[in-house]
Amino acid sequence: MLTFLIRRTIGAVLVCIAVTFIVFLIFIVVPGGGKLGTAERIAGKNATPQNVINIEHDWGFDKPLPVQYWRMMQKMFTNNLVSYTSQQKVLTQIWEGLPATFSLTVGAGIIWLFFGILVGVISGVTAGRLSDRVITVLALIGISMPVFWLGIISRYYLAEGGITTFFPDGEYVGLTQSPLGWLSHLVLPWLVLAVLFIGFYGRVLRGNILDTINEDYVRTAKAKGLSPRRILIKHVLRTSLIPIVTLFGLDFASVLGGGAILTETVFDLHGVGEYAAQSISNFDLPPIMGVTMYGAFFIVGFSMLVDLFYAYLDPRVRFS
Amino acid sequence: MGQGATEFSLDPATALASGEPPSVIRGRSPWYLAWRRMRRNYVGFAFLALFVVIVAACALAPVYAKHVAGTGPDANHVLAIVKVNGKPERVVSKGGYFYKKTGELCPTTASSSECVLISSIPVGPTWFGAGGKYVLGADANGRDIAVRLLYGGRTSLIVGIGSSAICIVLAVLLALVSGYFGGWIDFVITRFFDLFYAFPVILLGIALGSALAISGFHHFGISIESGSLWIPTLVISYVEIPYVGRPLRGQVLSLREKEFIEAAISQGASPLRIMFSELLPNIVSSVLVFFTLIIANNIVLEAALSYLGAGVQPPTPSWGTLIADGQQLIVSRPWLALAPGIAIVLTVLSLNVFGDGLRDALDPRAKVKVGR
Repeated sequence: MLTFLIRRTIGAVLVCIAVTFIVFLIFIVVPGGGKLGTAERIAGKNATPQNVINIEHDWGFDKPLPVQYWRMMQKMFTNNLVSYTSQQKVLTQIWEGLPATFSLTVGAGIIWLFFGILVGVISGVTAGRLSDRVITVLALIGISMPVFWLGIISRYYLAEGGITTFFPDGEYVGLTQSPLGWLSHLVLPWLVLAVLFIGFYGRVLRGNILDTINEDYVRTAKAKGLSPRRILIKHVLRTSLIPIVTLFGLDFASVLGGGAILTETVFDLHGVGEYAAQSISNFDLPPIMGVTMYGAFFIVGFSMLVDLFYAYLDPRVRFS
Repeated sequence: MGQGATEFSLDPATALASGEPPSVIRGRSPWYLAWRRMRRNYVGFAFLALFVVIVAACALAPVYAKHVAGTGPDANHVLAIVKVNGKPERVVSKGGYFYKKTGELCPTTASSSECVLISSIPVGPTWFGAGGKYVLGADANGRDIAVRLLYGGRTSLIVGIGSSAICIVLAVLLALVSGYFGGWIDFVITRFFDLFYAFPVILLGIALGSALAISGFHHFGISIESGSLWIPTLVISYVEIPYVGRPLRGQVLSLREKEFIEAAISQGASPLRIMFSELLPNIVSSVLVFFTLIIANNIVLEAALSYLGAGVQPPTPSWGTLIADGQQLIVSRPWLALAPGIAIVLTVLSLNVFGDGLRDALDPRAKVKVGR
C-alpha cells in the first residue's frame, strides 16, 4: 500500500507540474503574437499605458519565456496574482467563493446520485414497460438541456415570479449564518445542476442492469429461489453500481473543480465559478488563470484520493 | 456409393455430382445488417428528420430574413412602428418600473422589492399578426428575434458541426497512431489525453476561449482575428479530443492484436496502409456514432461558452449569446430566452436520439459514451 501511495503521489505531482505548463501555454504563449502584447491582454479593458508598463515589468514579459513562466508561478503560489480590473487578490477571492461552490456541488451530488440510481433501477427493472419509456424520454430531454438555460428559466418561473415566488431568488446564504436560508437558497440550484447527471446516470445504470440481469450467476440466484428484491440488491446492483461509483468520483471532482460555473452564474451564488464567469465579461484574465489552475489541481488531488480508496478496497489495483 | 448421393451429404463434390445447383447464399455486409436494424427504428428517423428540418431552416435564414421578415440579423429598429393585427405598435417602447410578477407598470407607491427597472420593452411575439414581422418579437435594439434565432442557429450549427469534424479527424489520427505504434508514441499520446482529463471541459474551454478572444491566434503563419468563428470552433474541437480519442485508441489497440493485422504486416503492408485500410474501416462505425453524439455535445458547449462570453463574440448571434441577451429582458419578454433554449433542446435531442439509434444499429454491444 505504501509503495502504491508513493507512486501515486509522485504521479499526481508530475501531472500538477504539467498542468502549470498548460496554464502558462494557454494564457501566455498561445494567444501571443497578435497586435496586443501579453501585458496589454492581462491588464484588462480599462488599463492605462502606465499600468501596462508596470505589468510588463512585473511579469517579466520583456524577458525570455522560462523567466515569464517562473514569475507567473511565483504569483500563483504566493497569493500575488492580482486582478488588474478589480485590484483584488485572486487566491483570496477563490477562497471566499469556496463555501458556496462546495455547498452547491455536495448537495447536487447527493441529489443526482440518489435520483440517478433510483431512476436507473426503476427503468432497468421495468425495461420495455411504460415507466421505462417515460423515464427514458425524460432522461434524454434532461441530458439535452443546457444547464444554464434550465437555470435561467427555472429561476424566472419558480423564483422570480413568472409562475411563483416559492423559491428564494438566487444569492448564497452562509450555512453558519442561517441554516434554513442556506437550504432554501440552494434547493433550486441543486435540482438544476443535478438534472443532467440524473438523466445520464439513469441511462448508464439502466444499461448496466440489463447487461447484468442476463449473467449466469443471476440465473443461478433465481434458480435457488431467492426473492427478486434480494437478487436485485445483492446480485445485480452490486455489479451494476461499480461504473456509477467511478463516474461519480470523476464528475463530482470535475463539477467542484469548475464545472459548476454555469449554475453558480445563473443563480448568483458568488462561488468560485461565478467569480471566473464575471471575469470573462471584463476580459480580466488573472482570475481565470487562477481558477483554471487550482481547479485542475483539485481534480488531480481528488482523483488521487479516489484511486487510493480503490486500492484500499481492491488490492488488485495496487499491482496493476 | 457411386450414384447414391444422399440429400444430407456435406461433401461439395458429391453435391455437385448429384447435378443439383448449389443454393446461393448471399453474403451480408455488416453495413447491410446495420441498415436492417436501423430501418425499423422509426423514432430515430423521425428525429433525424427533425434535425434536417432545423438545419434547413437555419440554412435558409437569409431567405426568411429578406422575404418574410424584411430585415437583417443586425438591423436595429428602435424607432420603428409595426402594425400588429391592424393596430400600430412601437417595436421598442419606453421602459420604467414593472411588477416582477405580472409585468405590469408599477405605481410610484409600490415597494421596490416587487418592482424591477426595465429600460426598454420590445414588442412581444406577433405570431404572424404583423405579416411575418417580429414573429417571435424583438429585442431591446428592435432586432427581429426570429431572424436572429435562425442566424444564431447557423452560427451554432457551423461551430457545432465544424468543431466535431475537426475533433473527430484529429482524434482518429491520434488513436490510430497511438494504437498502431504503441511504445513511447502511445505513452506520450495517452499522457496527453490524461492531462486534459484534469481540466473540466467547460473550464478549459473558458480558459482558451477567453485568452484567445482578446487578440486572436497568430502562430505558425496562421492568423485568426479575435471575433472569428474559428476560435470557438477550434477551442471546442480541441478540448473534446481526449474524450473521443481515448476510447478509439482502446479499440485500435485490441484490433492491433487480431490476425488480419498480422497477415497484413507479413505481406509487407506499410504502416500507413495498415492504419488507413485495415484499422480505420474497423472503427468507422464507432467514429460515426461518436460524430453524431459529439455534435450534440458541442452545440451545448458552444452555447455555454458563448453565454459566458468566451465563445462566439457579439454582435454575431448564436443560440448561446441570444440566451444571454434574453436573460436581461426575461421579466417582460420571457420568449427572448425561451426560444433559443428550445431550439438547442430540439437540436440536441434529435441528435442524441438518432445517435443512440445509430449506435444500437451499428454496434449493439459497443459502449460508446461521450463525456461532458
